[in-house]
Amino acid sequence: MYDIAIVGAGVTGAMTARELSRYNLRIALLEKCNDVAMGATKANSGIVHAGFDAAEGSLMAKMNVEGCALMPETCEKLHVPYVNNGSLVVAFSDDEMKHLEVLLERGKANGVPEISILSKEELLEKEPNLSPDSFGALYAPTAGIVCPYELTIAAAECAVLNGVEFIRNCEVQAVETTDECFVLDTTQGKIEAKYVINAAGVFSDDLARMAGDDTISITARKGEYFLLDRAVGNTVSHTIFQCPSKMGKGILVSPTVDGNLLVGPTAEDIDDKTNVATSNSGLNDVRKYAVKSVPSVNTRNAITSFTGLRAHAAAHEFLIGVSEKNSRLINAAGIESPGLSSAPAIAKYIGEIVKSVFGEIEVKADYDDTREAPVRFRHMTDEERAELIKKNSAYGRIICRCETITEGEIIDAIKAPAGARDVDGVKRRTRAGMGRCQGGFCGSKVVEILARELGCEINEITKFGGNSNILFEKTK
Amino acid sequence: MLNYDLVVVGGGPAGMAAALKARECGVEKIIVLERAETLGGILEQCIHTGFGLHYFGEELSGPEYAAKFIDMLKDTDIEVKVNTMVLSVSDDKVVTAVNTVDGLIQIKATAVILAMGCRERPRGALQIAGTRASGIMTAGTAQKYVNIDGYMPGKKVVILGSGDIGLIMARRMTLEGAEVKVVCELMPFSGGLTRNIVQCLDDFGIPLKLSTTVIETHGKERLEGVTIAKVDDRLQPIPGSEEYIECDTLMLSVGLIPENELTKQAGIALDNITNGAVVNEMRETDHEGIFACGNVLQVHDLVDYVTLESQIAGEGAARYILGKDTEEKVYINTTPENGVRYIVPQKVNIKSKEDIKLYFRVGAIYMNKKLTVEVDGKVISSKKKVKLAPGEMENVVIPADILATLNENSTIKVRVEE
Repeated sequence: MYDIAIVGAGVTGAMTARELSRYNLRIALLEKCNDVAMGATKANSGIVHAGFDAAEGSLMAKMNVEGCALMPETCEKLHVPYVNNGSLVVAFSDDEMKHLEVLLERGKANGVPEISILSKEELLEKEPNLSPDSFGALYAPTAGIVCPYELTIAAAECAVLNGVEFIRNCEVQAVETTDECFVLDTTQGKIEAKYVINAAGVFSDDLARMAGDDTISITARKGEYFLLDRAVGNTVSHTIFQCPSKMGKGILVSPTVDGNLLVGPTAEDIDDKTNVATSNSGLNDVRKYAVKSVPSVNTRNAITSFTGLRAHAAAHEFLIGVSEKNSRLINAAGIESPGLSSAPAIAKYIGEIVKSVFGEIEVKADYDDTREAPVRFRHMTDEERAELIKKNSAYGRIICRCETITEGEIIDAIKAPAGARDVDGVKRRTRAGMGRCQGGFCGSKVVEILARELGCEINEITKFGGNSNILFEKTK
Repeated sequence: MLNYDLVVVGGGPAGMAAALKARECGVEKIIVLERAETLGGILEQCIHTGFGLHYFGEELSGPEYAAKFIDMLKDTDIEVKVNTMVLSVSDDKVVTAVNTVDGLIQIKATAVILAMGCRERPRGALQIAGTRASGIMTAGTAQKYVNIDGYMPGKKVVILGSGDIGLIMARRMTLEGAEVKVVCELMPFSGGLTRNIVQCLDDFGIPLKLSTTVIETHGKERLEGVTIAKVDDRLQPIPGSEEYIECDTLMLSVGLIPENELTKQAGIALDNITNGAVVNEMRETDHEGIFACGNVLQVHDLVDYVTLESQIAGEGAARYILGKDTEEKVYINTTPENGVRYIVPQKVNIKSKEDIKLYFRVGAIYMNKKLTVEVDGKVISSKKKVKLAPGEMENVVIPADILATLNENSTIKVRVEE
């Protein structure tokens, strides 16, 4: 029996697992997919918001401002790339300039440090590629960018190293509540846990309902993006927002920590919580609205497009806490933007809740909240590379030409705690296949390495778990 | 630091032919660096025939064509390192590479020949809407799975793009028992060789739909189908023309891009039409002693032409290395006009004592038109062509005696005309 089962290995679940792994508790991190970070975490803007959007006094505002402040240290401990690039909300009319004042006041009330309103001249000096039609902007220097799935992968690795059991392909299909515990009926069999932390993203209402809590309702809100080539990655240096609307923060243009340019997202409520298809209309909207703030954005430079789903709660508030309907269910639901920004704070907040329900819990003597930096051959000097290959010749075999990723790094990604089991998992951990050829050359080699390391046939290897196999049977 | 007279980056047909030619011309210390496990490049997975008709006068498979050069290399003292990836080529011609045996290698070269080949244009750049299901791959990747690994990458196949690899794979998949439902081509004409359309599609009853593209993919895990649509003159999908086709595999054959990352890194000027280096008639780039040939310079239709071009680069490198390159040089640009998309070489030395062959492709299909070469305002040749197509490379010759009459202000123009 586990003390705690965390359901959902997105950024919220993984960061919470890392936080709780300090305690002498038996913890399982359950994930319905073949990898961590497969839901909203995989496909979002990767922005660490400063915290002026959420309503004053809300938990969302508190978590966001705290999370934004915690993010640099968290990323440093986990060796995850983070850039404090600052953000700009650009206004295009007098009315929008007035709205910036509202955001400014709200930001101050929320405790966002150093925010100010820039004149058009100040704005264009900071970002010369912005539209000459802009009127001014709200500048938030504490905002940043982070890679959401790298953060999640690192947090999950850290949690596993501290004793958390990661169970993948483990979808909770029914929940039975006994006097002592929950019995979770999962695709990996029955799992017993005294407490359940519901970090199930767009499915968190379904999970709560299974556990007898029908107070949560989550809508999947779809957002479509283009990722542009690094050749245009320096078009802007700050994260550029447009004035927010009811459906979210509008189309943003932002550099990514990997040097690409990200453009999106749209916002559309959909019924199917598993529908992550891009649409022609959505992608056209991204094209149309992105140029409003940054006229030179051209999606002909796109290297890929993708869709993410936000777990939107009607109240637009984080629903975090012990369920009113079941005292052993701890919900972390409605975690939409700024959920990534808030993740370090949400993890701590849930940590406090867990302490309060368990009473005194012993902290492990050997708890380590860091993760070692993975080998990144492409960032090394020639001297470092020579040394590395001497130690392990697998680092001398380049598999992904576009991103200069070695076989050694791919093996590391597979062997890591909560490591990669599929082609996309290798890609997210190493960048193999993320470059200009999008896996055209290295895809088949990654499949071979996965099969060899996992001890299976190459036609058993999938793109992202389930039935996403790459190959059928042998040729005649 | 190692020292070599010539470092050849890439051991495909281009690199092998260039190295052999340089050896034949008297260059002594030559090394070929190849990133794959074997020499031969992409030819190794091209098990169909049709190679060598021009160069060897016989019809060979890809591996057979490559084997001839691999055997010739073995008979020389040219060194070869496979599984070796070049990471950079510096301004002063220091080549840095890695492999599992030697670790990090640095080689000071007198001359470098870039022969890295090309890669397929991926899906991302195409921006097809829909899901991220498995079963969407380039035709070349599918070819490797079938011909090298021996696994079927799909059973019900739609091919987008009628480039040669796509056409070849339509036939290959059919022969392996898959059902190839349709080949869609965005343009009103195919980018592939006519012989491939006949032998790979027509002979197997596979439909080729021109002015048609894939607008959406369906299926959450494995691909389940695609939506295709006709496109208008501006290549935009025509509403109402959509058609759903059930398939588990979408193969992309939508063009090849020379792999010039090393070239760019070295600061060598590129031609934005060919996406390859700007070169002179010896295939020397704007960096003295650095040459480029094969598909890294311009995407070729036939490997035979890759061989010929690479021999020129090999000879050019040899002259440079052996100091036979001292004659006076005066360069003028070659100018593609009406219908001609580009010309390789982009510049020629008018002091050259030999005929110079200009290679190019046209931008559309032309029937019964003339290919005209104009030098200093005078038409020096004008040949009637029954058909000119973007899928086929063309060439014209500028004779040495005409070159001898030119000066630094002279012009060389090639165009399609009535």
